[in-house]
Amino acid sequence: MTSKPSSEAPGTPAGVHARLRDVIKTFPAPGRERGVHALGPLDLDLKKGEFFAVVGPSGCGKSTLLELVAGLATVSEGTIAFEDRPVHGGVPDGIGVVFQEDASIPWLTVTGNIAFGLHKTGLGDKERNRRVADALDIMGLGDFADSYPAQLSGGMRQRVCIARTLVMQPRLILLDEPFGALDQQTRLLMGEELLKLWRETSATIFLITHALDEAAMLADRIGVMSARPGRLLSIIETDWPRDRDSRVVEEPAFGALTAQLWHKLRGESLKSIGRAQGP
Amino acid sequence: MNRSPMSRPLLLRILLILAFTAALEALCRLGVIDRFTMPPPSRILEDLARLLVTGKLYGAIAKTLSNCAIAFALAVVAGVAAGVVIHKSRLLRQALDPLFATYYAIPVFAFYPLFIIIFGLGDIPQIVIAFMMSVIAMIVNVLNGLDRVPAVLLKTARMARMSPLETALRMTLPSAAPYLLTGAKLALAYAFIGIIGSEFIMSRGGMGFEIAFAYTNFDNAVMYPLIVLILAISVAVNALLGIWEKRILARRGLR
Repeated sequence: MTSKPSSEAPGTPAGVHARLRDVIKTFPAPGRERGVHALGPLDLDLKKGEFFAVVGPSGCGKSTLLELVAGLATVSEGTIAFEDRPVHGGVPDGIGVVFQEDASIPWLTVTGNIAFGLHKTGLGDKERNRRVADALDIMGLGDFADSYPAQLSGGMRQRVCIARTLVMQPRLILLDEPFGALDQQTRLLMGEELLKLWRETSATIFLITHALDEAAMLADRIGVMSARPGRLLSIIETDWPRDRDSRVVEEPAFGALTAQLWHKLRGESLKSIGRAQGP
Repeated sequence: MNRSPMSRPLLLRILLILAFTAALEALCRLGVIDRFTMPPPSRILEDLARLLVTGKLYGAIAKTLSNCAIAFALAVVAGVAAGVVIHKSRLLRQALDPLFATYYAIPVFAFYPLFIIIFGLGDIPQIVIAFMMSVIAMIVNVLNGLDRVPAVLLKTARMARMSPLETALRMTLPSAAPYLLTGAKLALAYAFIGIIGSEFIMSRGGMGFEIAFAYTNFDNAVMYPLIVLILAISVAVNALLGIWEKRILARRGLR
């Protein structure tokens, strides 16, 4: 494990888990000297232990934002710090990612998949087995420990990927539209499980989604992004209790929240499909 | 899982082969095919058993099989190495792709006399021919396999903070394994064709040479058993690789 972040480090007050300042991402493009401007400038503080969701029109750079925080891509300008250390050109210790695509490893059993990252941690066999057993249990995969991903449904495979991230005990979990490929009912239930995990692990969660209802149901705070180049238009607080579940969709406040999100996003979504903003 | 739909085509296949053999047997015995052209299949098998018992051709068999093995091993090693290098370089890839696509239009055997002049009439020109035929099949399949490693699995390896070597061994290699096996199967078949073909054309030994020798001497009792033996070895080795391939694919739900 890494040493504790220094409390004298400048910039990041206590309670801020990750800090993004003036973050800009451009991609090189042929024939364009300055490249394609994909994201930013963008400022954001993720609070320790909160559930933060990002919604935005397609192509606005949501996934790029996640890759920058994960250290899978590097910022063109600006800074990102996680636990007071700059994230630059490397995957920081303590961050786990669940991707949108099926990332289950087809030649490994469910157990092999979950244990995949553990062999590098230097943990003993006993601790590794305990963590894998716990993750199997938490994700309800116990009966499928020896199955191969091909034998599982899409939802089960995504559980495998979540379990694989959990055993690493990340302090910040990034999820990139993890339920995008699942049907609506499965999504609601997976969302409920995600809330449970969040409460039990007390990790910070950063969820990217295109589903407004998913964001409204799960998050403490929701960042609304503009059309490309993606910027944060506003951050909405949901005020849900910490021990919520999918039944918050029955609350009147849920409808109001989803409506408020759509109100902010409609113009941006129109831009992203190439139409001017309507009345 | 469900065996019956798998075993029925297999049954039909065996029946077709048996029927074909039985028809040949009948045509030979009835004299439609005269015995100087071809002995009946039962007789060929008898001759084969006799040949194998005398051990007269063990030297030829050993020479052919070991040359095949050398050419195959070289093709796999060089094919994987070249595939990895070409995959890394976009420019190299774009330059070479059209050449790979047209490569098998080249009759490699046309270069055989040249190789004999360069390397002498030994095993080397034959191994070179076999290698030339098999290595490209290996390269093409290595490239195909590397192209199809899902980007999300490589990201997963990065999130697990794996070194490039670890990523290659634990992610890329197993992910590309089915394609590597396909390449190996083809490379093996081409190695057989290359070795036996060049033995046929000009050499001082080997199964291809013995067949050609028996042919010029009207020695059907040697020629046909050898043909059957080559057939059997080639099919058996390919089937073994096929079983391995099938097992890998089945586990991934691909077949």
